[in-house]
Amino acid sequence: MKYVDEYRDAELARTLGSEITALAEPGRHYKVMEVCGGHTHTIYKHGIEDHLPESVELVHGPGCPVCVIPMGRVDDGISIARQPNVIFTCFGDMMRVPGGNGSLLDVKAEGADVRFVYSPLDALKIARNNPDKEVVFFAIGFETTAPSTALTLMRAKAEKLRNFSVMCNHVTIVPPLMALLESPDLRLDAFIGPGHVSTVIGCRPYEFIPADYGQPVVVAGFEPLDLLQSIYMIMRQLAEGRNEVENQYGRVVPWEGNLRALDILQRVFELRPYFEWRGLGFISQSALKLSQEYADFDAELRWEIPGVRVADPKACQCGEVLKGVIKPWECKVFGTACTPETPIGTCMVSSEGACAAYYNFGRFARSKERAGA
Amino acid sequence: MGTENVDLEDEVLARIERQRKLRPRFRDERVTMAHGAGGKATHTLVEGLFARAFANEALAELNDAAQIEIAGARLALTTDGFVVKPLRFPGGSIGELAINGTVNDLAVSGAEPIAVAAAFIVEEGLDADVLRAETEAMAEAARAAGVSVVTGDTKVVERNKADGMYITTTGLGVRRSEVALSGQSIRPGDVVLCSGFIGDHGMAIMLARGELDLDADIKSDTAPVWEQAAAVMDAAGDHLRVMRDPTRGGVATVLNELALDADLGIVLDEASVPVHPAVQGACEILGIDPMYVANEGKLLAVVGPDRAEAALAALQTAPGGEHACLVGAVAEEPQGMVLVRTGFGGTRIMDMLIGDPLPRIC
Repeated sequence: MKYVDEYRDAELARTLGSEITALAEPGRHYKVMEVCGGHTHTIYKHGIEDHLPESVELVHGPGCPVCVIPMGRVDDGISIARQPNVIFTCFGDMMRVPGGNGSLLDVKAEGADVRFVYSPLDALKIARNNPDKEVVFFAIGFETTAPSTALTLMRAKAEKLRNFSVMCNHVTIVPPLMALLESPDLRLDAFIGPGHVSTVIGCRPYEFIPADYGQPVVVAGFEPLDLLQSIYMIMRQLAEGRNEVENQYGRVVPWEGNLRALDILQRVFELRPYFEWRGLGFISQSALKLSQEYADFDAELRWEIPGVRVADPKACQCGEVLKGVIKPWECKVFGTACTPETPIGTCMVSSEGACAAYYNFGRFARSKERAGA
Repeated sequence: MGTENVDLEDEVLARIERQRKLRPRFRDERVTMAHGAGGKATHTLVEGLFARAFANEALAELNDAAQIEIAGARLALTTDGFVVKPLRFPGGSIGELAINGTVNDLAVSGAEPIAVAAAFIVEEGLDADVLRAETEAMAEAARAAGVSVVTGDTKVVERNKADGMYITTTGLGVRRSEVALSGQSIRPGDVVLCSGFIGDHGMAIMLARGELDLDADIKSDTAPVWEQAAAVMDAAGDHLRVMRDPTRGGVATVLNELALDADLGIVLDEASVPVHPAVQGACEILGIDPMYVANEGKLLAVVGPDRAEAALAALQTAPGGEHACLVGAVAEEPQGMVLVRTGFGGTRIMDMLIGDPLPRIC
């Protein structure tokens, strides 16, 4: 496939892999966190870790927008979906995420009209075509998807659509990173910055990471060679004793971000004082809600929602897994209370989460490790 | 890492293994779409509810078709429901699928399809021309597959209850091979053959539903595979271990089932699996792996190494098998899993389908 195969060349990958190996200091172990769930996906899909030396470990970060939605928010969504006359729309991968008592898929089976859409604009189309129904869009995602929700809301307002509303769960990327960095037991050496988020917010917001915490950040693209190159750039920074924000994804990410998109976000959304993250707890100013100007479209104001908080079980140690403090199998509930069928924490929800991957394939990783030893 | 830690890790892994090997139980409160998608939830429903309730020797194998013997005649019996939406799509229609889907379950069980029974559930108000067209499509597909539709049943349900029409077909075949084809007969060193381009059917349906603003020239591959299956059986003889048709859940799900049955590893070479560029492109845009996308006219065969070349050559000369190729091999490790060697020079484990990535496709 043109414009894709160029970024998946095995020969170039081997070359980059050996250059990364050459940069690794003997006896030193490197932990690099890829923040974005999209990167985790690329790493698994193409088997990128096979090109890395054993001393370079990738830690999968909190950037899967589906996995970080707390159970209570899913329950709130479900309570709206159960209302008569409601068509509840969301992205497909949100349907399976369990709340305190079942998932949207279960409510659909009970008879609620839950539909998955590929874009919030599709939800708007459903609203136009069903004027006698209330159409609610369950919005999730980082700054990557927030502009498309914002544009949809602007269009709904312009069209004076009264039967459309949004339950906003948009989150922002910097506060959880700051929360991770603030923890005294963090064991990371560098960050692979999220590419898609950065197309909107640019590279500047990450400057506090090298400045205040002394760690390199390289914003990376999503093809496998993009990732390998960004790891190479990180290893060079570490080898040369530099801590900077670098942009590997220059073909898409402008340093200043997308000013028009940022402007739209400003108009349509405002920061919530705090928001709960599955596995990470409450993080202040880490999420968006609809601004005063768009309050008419806010599903949380239109419907009475229970807003019950389903506490992450105390034993869940996702935070520590994300910080690289413990391995998945060292968590107290791993494999007993928390399994891929009944996930408790964010790391078990997505099949690419650190715990789910270890649950399914740990046996294999272990035998590979032994074979290597 | 100290020895104590290592032991604890082994203990955790062993516990997961024990849980995994427990026969699944169907504990869900309600049926969801995932139960019909052909992945893990379907597996739990079939094994945890149906197989337990109907327990018998023929069913226990959970093959595409049951192997039964009546008065010395070695038969294969299978049944399949068709609920595809839309009824017509590029490359085929529900009528054609209803024949091919069923005869293919017989074919990959090593049985020559002989007769088909068909049950129609038709919705009130359906344009009679649609019913005529689908009946004609079935008749044509039956002729092409060399089977007769020998009996049937008709029901009409109220408007909005059946998406136009549903068809259930039951197929009867005569087992040709003396060899018992089974996933458990797979040995390390065996090879995996794939009869052609994968993912066409699932993507054709996905695009035909018109829910995506995506246009591509992709046609369903619906076709009978008996001649391909017979060619492989003749060429491989008793070196043929098992054949499957990768329908719902795709190649990934079939290979996972085989790896679990045999308790061996299957190593798949991703770059050697044929995928049309249009399918690859659509999958890339939608974030779907073609390995999980349904096929309706393909077969996968596991053959002992000594006859691998002969079986591949025979497959390539059979109708529709021109693009057949060797896509993988069986190994001791990783036990019960499918390992993919990626085009990028890495490896990944390919799991069974979880959830339901695609709407109703067959």
